[in-house]
Amino acid sequence: MSRYEAVIGLEVHVELKTDTKLFCGCSTEFGQEPNTQVCPVCLGLPGGTGVLNKKVVELATKAGLALNCAIGTYTWFDRKNYYYPDLPKGFQISQVFRPIAYKGYLDIDVDGRTKRINITRAHIEEDPGKLAHAGGSIAASHTSYVDYNRSGMPLIEIVSEPEIRSGDEAKAYLEKLKAILEYTGVSDVKMEQGSLRCDANVSVRPVGTTTLGTRTEIKNMNSFRAVQQAIEYEVDRQIDVLEDGERVIQETRGWVENKGITITMRNKENPDYRCFIEPELDPIELTAEWIEGVRATIPELPDARRKRLVAEHGLPDYDAGVITSSLALAEFFDAALQKYPDAKTISNWIMGELLRLLNARNMELNEAKITPDGLASLLQLIEKGSISHKIGKEVFETMFEEGQEPEQIVKEKGLSQISDEGQLARIIEEVIAKNPKSVADFQSGKKQAIGFLVGQVMKATKGQANPGVVNTMLQEKLGK
Amino acid sequence: MQLHTLLVHELSELMEKKEVSCEELTRDYLQRIGQVEDKIKAFLTVTKEEALAQARAMDEQRARGEALPPLAGIPMAINDNICTQGIKTTCASQILYNFIPPYDATAAARLKNAGAILVGKCNLDEFAMGSSTEHSAFYSTQNPFDPEAVPGGSGAAAAVAVGEAAFALGSDTGGSIRQSAAFCGVIGLKPTYGCVPRYGLISYASSLDQIGPITRDITDLALVLNTIAGRNAKDSTSASVDGPDFKKSLVNSVKGLRIGLPKEYFKTGLAPGVAAKLQEAVRKLVELGAVCEEVDMPHTEYAVPAHYIISCAEASSNLARYDGVRHGLRVEAEDVLGMFKKTRIRGFGAEVQRRIMLGTHALSTGNYEACYMKALKVRTLVKRDFERAFEKFDCLLTPTSPTTAFKIGAKAEDSLAMYQSEVFTIPVNLVGVPAMSLPFGIAEGLPVGLQLIARHFDEGTLLRVGYTLEQNTSEIRPKPGLSR
Amino acid sequence: MKITEQAVEQLALLSRLDLTAEDQTAHTKSINVILDYLDLLNKLDTSNVEPAAHVLPLKNVFREDRLQPSLAKELALANAPEEEAGAFKVPRIF
Ligand SMILES: [Mg+2]
Ligand SMILES: [Zn+2]
Repeated sequence: MSRYEAVIGLEVHVELKTDTKLFCGCSTEFGQEPNTQVCPVCLGLPGGTGVLNKKVVELATKAGLALNCAIGTYTWFDRKNYYYPDLPKGFQISQVFRPIAYKGYLDIDVDGRTKRINITRAHIEEDPGKLAHAGGSIAASHTSYVDYNRSGMPLIEIVSEPEIRSGDEAKAYLEKLKAILEYTGVSDVKMEQGSLRCDANVSVRPVGTTTLGTRTEIKNMNSFRAVQQAIEYEVDRQIDVLEDGERVIQETRGWVENKGITITMRNKENPDYRCFIEPELDPIELTAEWIEGVRATIPELPDARRKRLVAEHGLPDYDAGVITSSLALAEFFDAALQKYPDAKTISNWIMGELLRLLNARNMELNEAKITPDGLASLLQLIEKGSISHKIGKEVFETMFEEGQEPEQIVKEKGLSQISDEGQLARIIEEVIAKNPKSVADFQSGKKQAIGFLVGQVMKATKGQANPGVVNTMLQEKLGK
Repeated sequence: MQLHTLLVHELSELMEKKEVSCEELTRDYLQRIGQVEDKIKAFLTVTKEEALAQARAMDEQRARGEALPPLAGIPMAINDNICTQGIKTTCASQILYNFIPPYDATAAARLKNAGAILVGKCNLDEFAMGSSTEHSAFYSTQNPFDPEAVPGGSGAAAAVAVGEAAFALGSDTGGSIRQSAAFCGVIGLKPTYGCVPRYGLISYASSLDQIGPITRDITDLALVLNTIAGRNAKDSTSASVDGPDFKKSLVNSVKGLRIGLPKEYFKTGLAPGVAAKLQEAVRKLVELGAVCEEVDMPHTEYAVPAHYIISCAEASSNLARYDGVRHGLRVEAEDVLGMFKKTRIRGFGAEVQRRIMLGTHALSTGNYEACYMKALKVRTLVKRDFERAFEKFDCLLTPTSPTTAFKIGAKAEDSLAMYQSEVFTIPVNLVGVPAMSLPFGIAEGLPVGLQLIARHFDEGTLLRVGYTLEQNTSEIRPKPGLSR
Repeated sequence: MKITEQAVEQLALLSRLDLTAEDQTAHTKSINVILDYLDLLNKLDTSNVEPAAHVLPLKNVFREDRLQPSLAKELALANAPEEEAGAFKVPRIF
């Protein structure tokens, strides 16, 4: 047991799902040619003044409500002043003094128990542009290139209380957060496209103390797993520093993925952001009715859906938790259940084959070709005995890769189960002839010997024989 | 015919009757510019070719019998801190010495769409920070009445006064439109904050800046205001209402109108010649049936320091975008920090540097409450002064400036004295109400300006008082020496 | 309020201005003259006064989430002091 406890707070930037930017009508589409989605406003040209995108207010409110936050009925925008080449106006428009959402929480599952992580605030702000470095890394580059397509994209920054205690908890927090934002439709939450980004504030303190240790801010983590690993590394590093009798320096550190370490990022001067109310934008006043109207549009959230799957369909809580951790999985489950009303069987296939293949191929569900209807048809084939469970797995993989109907795959590949007694009788004869010892064992009362014989028939038919039928026929032949 | 001495509505009629073509008119103005610009230096850019091309297009349109708006074909000037697409817009600063906006300011676009012909972009103090054009990075503009006097903070007023443009657009953060109109003997209006969209006006102090017209008579003012006022979907601070038809305010009567005379504006420090003209104006208004009474505005003296802090604070942030990355000057350096610092020290003049640092100081940790927040609270007190005054009065009358145009060099090195020369115009920007400077005679060879102030969005009352004075006195249109 | 030369040095860094020593001295002097004057505000008690950041009582000025044309790429980059492959080029960051 460590003598230290980690104190971790996460700052998550999430891009809101709008067609246009926060203060101008430029497109938010990802992956376009550099500097083709800019205008006087988001390029910070002299004289550019912007107007707030209404959809952003709705989505931010929705996110806040889904995270159990209070919604600020009177809020506004502020300027956060600092210089950086990707920041076209020399200030970022953000909500420093009055965030649109505050005092929320979300519940995570760790080690089989539920833990509540409080959320300090969620505020709206604009994204800066994007820098690319000629030498690959910022430190090695003599030249950098700025693309402002991302400049002015609408974000919410969600700040947690420093109540996270480990890398595992951080990962669980992010997964839950991602699921909630995905369910509410406020964001695509794609880390690889930058629509979800996470920085971690990490400090350690001796167990039993309550004062906060000196913290470092960790950046450059590109996956939830990286967040988890970076935090674990950083906690260990800080403990080592303290154990060596030294002091942790307050600084920003970057996660180096291929080395699995955090390193000091070149320190800027002591920042003084000189925040003040944005004079070019007006305050936002939200009525209770309007907020309730937004609340009414929030769909069933992961925790509620999980409980429902347990209560209505008798799924084990663990299964329900896995299935509802992603909206796509949960919807896949529901859709399959419409056509094949056996929740546990569907769950088994999702938790087994589907997730196994997704993980193995590092794919998202929407990239896989299998459909819920397809899975339901497959399960019907198995139930009818047209194919065996084992063949079913093979068919599933083909459906996953190529997306055909299971009947078609079974037909094309000749995978139909052999239940025809005439066809099986000949094979059974051969097996009996080749395995006199097992036959004798069975007839002398060793009932389990029949299993071996059934297996031999299955082998001879490459798994296509109906094992139930084979079993019955063998018993008859050998006399019970 | 000396076309450049005529008014906008007179020129409009001449073109309507086809007595003069737009091209002839434009050539006349360009010729006038060629004649006086050497001395006046009102322009930073003269757009001769563009103007002639546009004028010919206008003539073709008219020849086709298209109905044209009143400003169609009228030569205008625009201050160089208002963006004009494809035409250099420098803010009189080295840092934007080569900036060609890819877009038009809303006000400029509205005038262009109304057919007005841009003849050039006018000089100003760098980023409009000053009251004399002496802080222009390029050169100073001369007062048309006195070669040794300043024209106020906007070259546009000088251009209109000497007939280089029939009207102009200026900007007013602490009084530039009104003070330069007063110094040059023309009419300048700072509309209500939000009346004219700020989109495309290069920000100095966002909560104070406003675009407004400079003209030679009130009818012209109404025509220009009709064209540029009204809500714009690109500017959050633009009012949500469309402007009324300001021509309806051209009413020759002030009967029963209650006009307040703020005591604090008539205290010592007022030049005797200005004070005398003001008294004359009051007598005239009373004679015409207005009721003029004194009113207390106790927080007046605090308006200037509060404005100083707010404008510098906003400017320090607004001017952060000039960093050598996307537009304007870049001074090369090893790294980005060096480039930022070298570009900005070379690109900004001393006055701009000073205001950026003052604003940075006012917003920095430790000073925010005592400095910036304090100024915002004082702004509330100044606002209340105005609200109280407007409970009793329809408008207020003050001098536009305590003196007539001061001499070139008199305040150039004294930042504070320069700022304080706008002591009477500054409170208006803090509060956002509309105010107009109207010429009222001459004192010791230089024009005197009256300032009329009304409630938010009550430009109509200003036009009415101005129109009435215009119709009933001969003081309203002083002729600068240069135009004779 | 008075300000020291070191404080001005810090302001210059925050403002990204490469002041020379002489500039620094001159600015310190002139800024202090102005700060002295701004002290006038301390004569006023504003403890119960609301700050006014805006002059109009506007609120909820929104725009629909509808696409507007962006600048043509050439126009967006037209004023770039240095440009390469459609991006704004800057010297190294550190
Ligand atoms: Mg942020
Ligand atoms: Zn844009």
